[in-house]
This record gives sequence, structure tokens and C-alpha cells, in this order.
Amino acid sequence: MSPEKPEQIKKSGIAIFWDEFSRSNLTVIILAILTGIILGGVLVAATTTEVYAAFKVSLWGGLKLAFTTAWNTYVALFTGSVGNPEKIRLAFESGDPLMIRRAINPFFESLVQTTPYIFAGLAVALGFRVGLFNIGAEGQIFIGAITGVWAGYAIHGLPPIIHIPVALLFGALGGAIWGFVPGFLKAKTGAHEVITTIMMNYIAFRLSDWLLKGPMGDPTEYTPKTPWILESAQLPKLFDLPIRFHIGFFVALLMAVLVYLLLFKTTWGLELRMVGSNPNAARYAGIKITMSTVIAMVLSGALAGLAGANEVLGVNHRLIPAFSSGYGFDSIALALLGKSHPFGVILSALLFGFLRNGARSMQLTVGVPIDIVSILQAMILAFIAAPAIIRTIYRLREPKHAEDIVSLQSWKG
Amino acid sequence: MVPVLELRGITKRFPGVLANDHINLTVEKGEIHALLGENGAGKTTLMNILYGLYHPDEGEIYVNGNKMAVRSPIDAIKAGVGMVHQHFMLVPVFTVTENVMLGEEFVKFGGILDRTRAAEKVMQISDTYNLDIDPNTYIKDMPVGLQQRVEIIKLLFREANILIMDEPTAVLTPQEVQELFKIMRTLIDQGKSIIFITHKLVEVMECADRITVIRGGKVVGSTTPKEATLNELATMMVGRDVKLNVEKTKKKPGDVVLEVDNLKVLDPRGAIAVDGISFNVREGEVLGVAGVQGNGQTELVRSLSGLLPSIDGEVRLLGHDITHSSPRQIIEHGSAHIPEDRQRDGLVLSFPVSDNLVLNTYYLQPFSRSIWLSQQEILKNGEGLVKNFDIRTPSVFTPASSLSGGNQQKVIVAREFSRPIKLLIASQPTRGLDVGSIEYIHKRMLQKRDEGCAVLLVSTELDEVMQLSDRIAVLYRGKLMDIVDAKSATKEMLGLLMAGIIPGEDVKSAQVPQKNKILIT
Ligand SMILES: Nc1ncnc2c1ncn2[C@@H]1O[C@H](COP(=O)(O)OP(=O)(O)OP(=O)(O)O)[C@@H](O)[C@H]1O
Ligand SMILES: [Mg+2]
Repeated sequence: MSPEKPEQIKKSGIAIFWDEFSRSNLTVIILAILTGIILGGVLVAATTTEVYAAFKVSLWGGLKLAFTTAWNTYVALFTGSVGNPEKIRLAFESGDPLMIRRAINPFFESLVQTTPYIFAGLAVALGFRVGLFNIGAEGQIFIGAITGVWAGYAIHGLPPIIHIPVALLFGALGGAIWGFVPGFLKAKTGAHEVITTIMMNYIAFRLSDWLLKGPMGDPTEYTPKTPWILESAQLPKLFDLPIRFHIGFFVALLMAVLVYLLLFKTTWGLELRMVGSNPNAARYAGIKITMSTVIAMVLSGALAGLAGANEVLGVNHRLIPAFSSGYGFDSIALALLGKSHPFGVILSALLFGFLRNGARSMQLTVGVPIDIVSILQAMILAFIAAPAIIRTIYRLREPKHAEDIVSLQSWKG
Repeated sequence: MVPVLELRGITKRFPGVLANDHINLTVEKGEIHALLGENGAGKTTLMNILYGLYHPDEGEIYVNGNKMAVRSPIDAIKAGVGMVHQHFMLVPVFTVTENVMLGEEFVKFGGILDRTRAAEKVMQISDTYNLDIDPNTYIKDMPVGLQQRVEIIKLLFREANILIMDEPTAVLTPQEVQELFKIMRTLIDQGKSIIFITHKLVEVMECADRITVIRGGKVVGSTTPKEATLNELATMMVGRDVKLNVEKTKKKPGDVVLEVDNLKVLDPRGAIAVDGISFNVREGEVLGVAGVQGNGQTELVRSLSGLLPSIDGEVRLLGHDITHSSPRQIIEHGSAHIPEDRQRDGLVLSFPVSDNLVLNTYYLQPFSRSIWLSQQEILKNGEGLVKNFDIRTPSVFTPASSLSGGNQQKVIVAREFSRPIKLLIASQPTRGLDVGSIEYIHKRMLQKRDEGCAVLLVSTELDEVMQLSDRIAVLYRGKLMDIVDAKSATKEMLGLLMAGIIPGEDVKSAQVPQKNKILIT
């Protein structure tokens, strides 16, 4: 180090952060998504029988059909998740409100799909920040849905302004209890949270099956379902049907801001992150690790519980079996993709939500199996998780990040 | 003759730092080339470049006169360059052979590991260089000194001709250092070349053939042990005169601050590590704890700071019983602790310097208002301490992981010294520091003592203990051998105590002049 060198320009923290972020993360993430999409296209073409038939006729024809198949798939993905620009234009020209709502519905439906992803992604991300691997988001979602739906149908006589927060709080509480148990077990006995949260998942699944068939089931229905929640507990919709978009999305955004403030602006957050980054130093600095572990698992569970409550209070208005279909598990990947940062979680939740919604129309309009979308997601994730692949493919100059890791290995620096 | 290694014009920039500035370095075959320089001078960076971990912005590397493009450690190994890292990269649950084979597996029948053949080669290397290693021992059962030899074997197994050793002596006992030097000489005799980094000038004088001094990323000079004196080397490194011996003012100790009574502590494996120790430390005095590494110092310190429970005995700090207090309670009673392993306990490497400077005060005024952190105050505090304690960092936002070892230590010292404390527990406070920083930290510690702070100094450096302490306690196998007055203590006498021998009638009384036994109260 030589202070008199011109290289010694003093940079602000934001500048340094941006420097590193743009050089390492952003480029890699964008390229990973692009690469995933390209390979996904190849995959779609390769799983379509017509393409093979066309190749038998001629190479050129085969290539052309392969390309159009992939292209059509992505067009369907786009129109399914964002909307058909042509249709939107026509709808606005006609001025017919129903037509307009139909045309813009895909976009808002994607946001509806995004919402539980934000909650659950925040839950997992918060765990990661504290060094906890919460595999139990799925179970916590179920419990949050159960307690939320119960508060929604069983508590009578409250005005919406009170009933809605109460029902959401019940959801959070249910999830929190489900998170508390593994947190407590880890703090007291050292039981690893991966194992215990998986166990808690099974308990949650079977518990909800039983509750739906028995105590909480609607006796007038043949299949296991809870009764409808009261209107006063429904999360308000912002548009008329068919748009299902409800205020849960904004609650989720608010939660992201709260988690951000908690983690980065409060003393508790500093403690939690310290425990996550270096538990030894945290102990040495006087922090009770066991306490932080329990708090983190409770908060994580509460966020996941909100995801469940949000679904029953905002979308389904009752609880049916297997309603979550993997939000909790997806959110693990999602949190990683979002670098365990609340705002990163919002972005990756949007990606997941739009992909999930678009997948349905891909299936409906071009007949691509929904599994292909899962594979696509998996590929994008694999590329992001292994940035070295992307760096090699695109020959990105920049072992900068790798150097950081290297310097961590030897304590002399 | 062509030099085995030549670095020409190596330049490396990190954000905000010019770590290497057109460095030229020539290493001849069969020499031990010492690399000297203060903390953050750029030594490790230069070696990481040579080993392919970093990429130089400018400059060329020649091995045996051929230009090499070292893009990764694999290229370096191919060119015959090997590196022993400060922190060993060994798998504890593997045997020596298995560790050595990692990445260079011997296979038979196209896929099955050939352990026997590998073990034979390890044996053969061990014999050639007098390393005295059993290929079938597990790493976890070996002392640090032997583990280091395994690292050396790893390099020889890969036929390295140029061995880089980055501060290999920092974690060794004096005996182990001597053994390492012997090994190094054997290696040289067999035609290997060694680049040796250390902060201990005495070691350089003892074993180097040539010395290159780096300061601020630039080569400032080259010399040999015959031509230079210790003081000249120190001056060359730091760029100013350094006092290698600190002066201590006379001071009358005040009230008792720390009282330890019959303390017993188990190590994590359940063996007794601290075996019924009693002592006290008073205001304005330094009690040094001497002893060979591994005689209970670690457990003693961890227990006193609340990190390790004791099984018996009592500890009082300013009259409060802290035997079973939590680390935070102990901190709040006014105790500060410089931990022995700074990266493990002292820092959160991924956090910026500013956060590391409030690691145990973040929840207090003015760094927080109710639950909110006051970023502004934290940054202001950080900038103040960085200036005050001369921490070399591009900014307070830089993560602690990018600081050089010495500067990481300064972050801890700055943090602990900047709050009101009555007791300072310093464990190996100057490990890995350059002479300038050592002088500085010693000065600061004595300043604390003069302000009336009680200091418990635990160090395996006998010189350090003897220089700073008012009284010296010697630990051997978890027991307190004796507490002696520092003025009357001699190296020989402490050495005997450290080996578990009480200097009695059979030792010539001339060797222990006016031994002044201070009774344990
Ligand atoms: N990965 C990195 N990112 C940013 N800066 C770095 C990085 N590694 C080192 N530096 C900076 O480069 C300079 C040289 O560091 P280096 O580790 O080479 O010093 P050193 O001579 O080995 O010091 P020490 O004796 O303390 O180990 C320091 O100012 C350090 O802060
Ligand atoms: Mg170094």
C-alpha cells in the first residue's frame, strides 16, 4: 500500500458495492438466465416429436421447425405471463372494461403467483442470513394457511380493517410456532435444523390432511375442504374479475422492506447477521447464539406462515389439500438466487412467479409439459449457482470474486 | 547461471490499493530468500501471484529462464512452484498419504487408489529430507509442527523446486522453528530453493541467504544477513527508526482487578486443561503468562472471557463474581479481550471494517438509538479509529477479509482499546505483526497499564512476555509453576519452568539471581 499513489482514490461505500455487484453478480445472473432460456429452447425442440419428423425430411426443415417450436413456446410463455401486446392494444382501443381486464389479466396473475414466493423467499433468506437452512418453509406455509383460514371463518363479527390483520397475524403465528420448534431443538439439543424442519414438514402435511377431513372440514362437501372464510377476512381485490390481484402483493413488499430494515438497520439484525457470518466471533462479542437461532427460526416461520395465510385469504378463500404445491421448496432456490437479500428475493420471486404463470399457458396453448418449465428454472439456477460455468462460457474476465474466497482461506490475508 | 526464478515488474492493484508496484525479484538455485516487509507491504499478494491464485496486472514470471503464464495453481505446480499456506489446507480425518494424494492420485487398475505406492513415495520423501513422518497417521492426531511438514511433503510429492513459505514460523514453538530450519537446509542441500516470509528479524538473520525488503508494494532494497544488522533491517522495513525494545515506566500496582482462585477448566475433548490455577492482576500492572503453546493458555483465556465454562474455582472481576457470567456480562464489567485466533473469534471477515470496529459495542449509545443502528456514528467511529490506530485500509467500507493480517489485528486492538476498560486480556497480541506494529501495540498496551488498567498478557514469545510484564506466571500442563518478578527473571529460569522443572538447589544459584517469589494470594 502506498498512500501517495493516484490509485488511492477514496471510493464511497455505494461505489464499491456497485463496482463489485455489477462486475460479479449482475452480469452472471443475466447471462445465466439467457443461457437457461436458450438451452430450454433446445430442450423444448428436442422433446417435440414433430421436430424429429421434420429432420427426417430435411435438415433445414428440421432446424426451422425446431426454431419455431422453441420460439412459439417462449411467445406463449410471454403472453401467458405478461400478456399479448396486440390484445392489450385492441382492448384499450375498444374501451370495454371487461376486455381490458382480460387482456391485462396475465400480468396481474403473475403478480398473484409472485406474492407467496416473496413471503416464502424472505423466510428462507432470513434463515440463510443467520446461517440456518430452513427446509421447513413448505410445512410452515401449511400451518400458516390452517391458522389463517381458521381465523378467517371461525372468528365472527369483526370489521375487515381488524379481521384481515388478525387473520394474517394468525397465519404468521402458526408458521412461527412451526419455526420455533426446530429453532428451540437446535438451541437446546443441537439437533440440526435440516432434519427437524423436514420432520416438521411431514407433521404439517399429515396434520392438515387430518384437520381437513375432520375438525376443520366443511361437512357439506364430499372432498376435504374447510368452509369459506368470511368476506370480512378476504384480502381486498384491486380490480373486478377475472383479475385476482389482491393487496397481499403489497403486504409482501412491505414485509421485504421490514426484513431489510431489520437485517441491515437494527442492532438485532446486526446480531443475526453476525451469528450467520461467524458464530465464533458473535459469541466472543457477547451474543447469545441460541437466542438468535430461536428468534431467526420464529421469524422465518412467521414469514412462511404469511405465505400460506396470504394464499387462503387472498386467492382460494378456503383451504384445500396440497394447495401450496411447492412454494416452500422453490423458495430455497429462490432465496439463493436473490443472494439472500430482501430486494434480491423480490426480483427472483418475480422471475419465479412469471415463469410459473407463463408455464400454464405454455402448456395450454403449445402443449409443452409443465415439467419443461421446471427444468428451465433448474437450469437457470444451476448456472447461477455455478458462476464458473457462465464465466467460462462467456470468458468473463474477473476472478475478483474468487480472490475474495482465496483470501478467506489463509488467515494472514 | 540462470536464476531458478525471476519476477519482473509485477504489478497488482486491488480496489483502492496498489499492492505490488513493479516488483523485481530474483531467486537463485539453492538459496533461502527471505522476503521482509511490514504488514500490508504486499508479500502475500506477490506470492499468491507467483502461485497463480491472483493474476498480475503487469509483469512477467520466468522459471529457469523460461517465461511462464501462471493462470492457476495447476500451472504453478507444473512449473515446479509450491506454496505452504499459513493456514494449512489439510483434511483432518485423512491420513498423511491420503492428504498428499489429494489432487495427485496414484491409481491402479484404471481407477482404484494405489495407497501403498503413494505411501512408499511419502516414506521415501520423508527419509530423504529427514522429515520423520509416518504416512499412516491421521492429520488430526499430529501437532502443528508436523502438519506443516505434511504440507512440505505435499509440495515435494509434486516435485516442486521452488517452495514458498508464508510465515511458517508464526504458529511454531521455538523448538519446532529450529527443526523447520534444519529441514529447510536439507531442502537447499538437495537443490531446492525457498522463499521464506517472516516478521521475525532474528529468524531472517539466522537462516536466510539473501533478503529482499518490500515496503508499500515496492522493493526498497536487497541485502544479506552478513551485511545488515537487526536495526537496519527494521528501519528498512518500516521506513523510520524502530525501537526494538520498549521502555517501561516504573509503576506501583493498585487495587486487585482480577482474582482467579483454584480455577479448573476442561478442554473441548474433556481433558483437564487448566488445573487449579490461582493468581491475581492489579491495576497498573502487566501479568505475563509464559508457556509453551498448548499448556492451557487457550483454555484459561477462553474461560476468563466466558467462552468456556469452568468446572471448579472462582473468578472475580472488580469484586464481581464472574465465574459463570456470560461473555457480554464480562465485557460490560470492563474486560477486553484480544483473542488468539483473530479470524475465528475476533472478526467477521465479510463485514466492513467499520462494523468490525463496533462488534461488541453496537448496541450501546451512540451506535444505536433504541433498536436502530446509527450508521453515521458507526462510520464516524470507524474513520476515527482507522486514523488513530493507523489501520491501512482503502476505506472503512472494505470488508475485513481484504486487509492484511497485521491490519486485521489492528482492527481488533483499536476496537478493544477504544472503550473504557479495566482489564485487558491479550492473547498472542502481536502474532504475525511487523516490528513497527509490534512496537505500536506494545506501546498502546503499556499506555493502558499506565492509565490504571490491569493487563493479562498471554504469549508464547518469551521476549515479549519478559519485556512487557511486571510479573510473569509460567504455565506447564495446566498448572501454574510459579509467578516471578519480571525484573529478576532470566530466560534460563523461565525456560526451565516452562519445561516443568522448578529451579532448585541443583541449579546453580548464579543462574537465578535473587529469585523473587511472589506469593499467590
Ligand atoms: N483480496 C484483496 N482485496 C483487496 N485488497 C487486498 C486483497 N488482498 C490484499 N489486499 C490489500 O493489498 C495489500 C497487501 O496485502 P498483503 O496481504 O499482500 O500484505 P502482506 O505483506 O502479506 O501483509 P502481512 O504481513 O500483514 O500478512 C494490503 O493493503 C491489503 O489490504
Ligand atoms: Mg501476508
